[in-house]
Amino acid sequence: MTGVEPVIKVRDLTLGFGDMVLMRDLNFDVRRGEIFVILGGSGSGKSTLLKHMIGLYAPIEGNIWIAGADITAAEGKARETILRRVGVMYQMGALFGSMTLLENVRLPLEVHTDLPREAMDEIARARLQLVGLGEFAEFMPSEISGGMQKRAAIARAMVLDPEVLFLDEPSAGLDPITSAGLDRLILRLARSLDMTIVIVSHELASIFAIADRVIMLDKESKGIVAEGNPATLRDTSDHPWVQRFLQRADPADSEERST
Amino acid sequence: MDKPAADSGQTFRYDATASPDARLHLTGRLDVHAVERAWSPLRRRARELAEGTQAAVTLDVGDLEYCDGAGAALLHALERDIERAGRKVELVGVQGLVEEQLTPYRELETVEPARHETRGGLLAQSLEAVSRVGQAAYSQFGFIGELTRALGSALLHPRQVRWGDTFRVAEAAGFQALPIVSLIAFLLGVILAFQSAIAMRQFGGEIFVANLVAVSLFRELGPLMMAILLAGRSGAAFAAEIGTMKVNEEVNALQTMGLDPVRFLVLPKVLAGILVAPLLALYANMIGLLGAAVVMQGFGIPWTAFFNQVTVALSLSDLFSGLFKAVIFGLLIAGVGCLRGLQTASGAAAVGVSTTSAVVTSLVLIVVFDGLFAVLFYHMGV
Repeated sequence: MTGVEPVIKVRDLTLGFGDMVLMRDLNFDVRRGEIFVILGGSGSGKSTLLKHMIGLYAPIEGNIWIAGADITAAEGKARETILRRVGVMYQMGALFGSMTLLENVRLPLEVHTDLPREAMDEIARARLQLVGLGEFAEFMPSEISGGMQKRAAIARAMVLDPEVLFLDEPSAGLDPITSAGLDRLILRLARSLDMTIVIVSHELASIFAIADRVIMLDKESKGIVAEGNPATLRDTSDHPWVQRFLQRADPADSEERST
Repeated sequence: MDKPAADSGQTFRYDATASPDARLHLTGRLDVHAVERAWSPLRRRARELAEGTQAAVTLDVGDLEYCDGAGAALLHALERDIERAGRKVELVGVQGLVEEQLTPYRELETVEPARHETRGGLLAQSLEAVSRVGQAAYSQFGFIGELTRALGSALLHPRQVRWGDTFRVAEAAGFQALPIVSLIAFLLGVILAFQSAIAMRQFGGEIFVANLVAVSLFRELGPLMMAILLAGRSGAAFAAEIGTMKVNEEVNALQTMGLDPVRFLVLPKVLAGILVAPLLALYANMIGLLGAAVVMQGFGIPWTAFFNQVTVALSLSDLFSGLFKAVIFGLLIAGVGCLRGLQTASGAAAVGVSTTSAVVTSLVLIVVFDGLFAVLFYHMGV
């Protein structure tokens, strides 16, 4: 399933705000069909990196290619074409509070396709069903729980069958059972529907469960300190910070240190 | 290159054969672009096939290279179309991606929409509406009570008031409003003077324009215009600020920390409103007079003559009755803004509702109280 051609290429990326540089000279690839996790402590610039990758922020230097097109240079129509191929779930879900779940999920279809209304409704309903919310299509976001809102946001992000799905902290603030359910959904999307999924997270349990590859961002060195499969990294990395970060997450380990 | 996803695969095609048996064969990439084009014609074709045969219709999807959610919606619609025409569907070649994409559509056939909480009959709904109005009134009285208590204790213990916040709000609501108040008040003075001077000139009484403008500005229009501006600028701002805090649970956070939202958030704003409103009204009066004086130059009334006439025409009671009204308006506007902010429900739209309702309620109250004061002052002989 994992091909050779990278679907996202990040080259010499320096990002920050004004004079404050958050990350310097980032280089990495995301391969087609993999679940790629951007890992790092609080304030390390994970979410900021994600926002650069979807073109919300412009980098200080460097380029980001998504499916062969440079999003840092694209404007207007070209940019729209790139964005049409990615789906994003924001940290708090960002569902529109004045619309039902169905209307929320249908919105990208209305904007980007000429499908008949009936077809849009069908597709939106099926996406909601895929994330387990089929019966709540007519509910308002405020009438459902936080975990359900996140799943609805995923349904909205993937309604156009994007090549890349970006998820900003999908399991933050969820209970372990809901979070495990979300992990299963993400795995299913990547494996059966062939999506490339980029996740920003620091929930270690879920990273070990789903990630094919991770990069770890470090605030001190303003760069990537480790890249690879999370389990392999945990066993082989000699970087002390990576060791501390990943071993804390080891489920077997945490039983011994249960507090 | 507009649809780069399509360049890696074949375009979507379908061919339909009616004999020996009805068969619909789909090949290529069934993505959303293909579905846009094929949705109506393909479904029509499927219905024709179903109507033209007695046996089952075969739907062969084995040669589809790719199928996305929209493609699955089309497949599902085709199945239903054929079934509705009374024929059976034989779906051939379903595997992998197609199967995965079709699964939610299949599941949806048996999903019952979850129900919102039952609303009850007409009587129950009416009773609920009445009780909501009652609760709103109750919470307003509660708010008025709390605000009165907070104001009282601010008088008794002025050191407990958050003066830093109060002055910051006063600056935003007062000082920063000076440009717009200047503009409106000046124009008001100009218009008043001009309109009345034209009429007065017929009787040679241009000088009495000074009486007319001064009295109407100080007693009525100065405080009124100031209040309308204050409601639009600051009443709305108070409601939006407190409303957003409510939505973000900051108000709850204050309460759990043992801080009274009324004392912490509302009192500084109300004090600032009370402080700033008469000052703004006084300023509006002055600028209005200036505007009128400028116009009267054109009618041959010199500055000195105009302002002499103003001092003759105005009494202290004109000034203070206007300023007293301004104080009350300031209290109303700030209080209503904060009340609406605290009443904000959840969601971004709710903040907009609160802001609108703060301005509308303020304007209504301003007009009502202005009328009450007119009657009151008349009977008091002020």
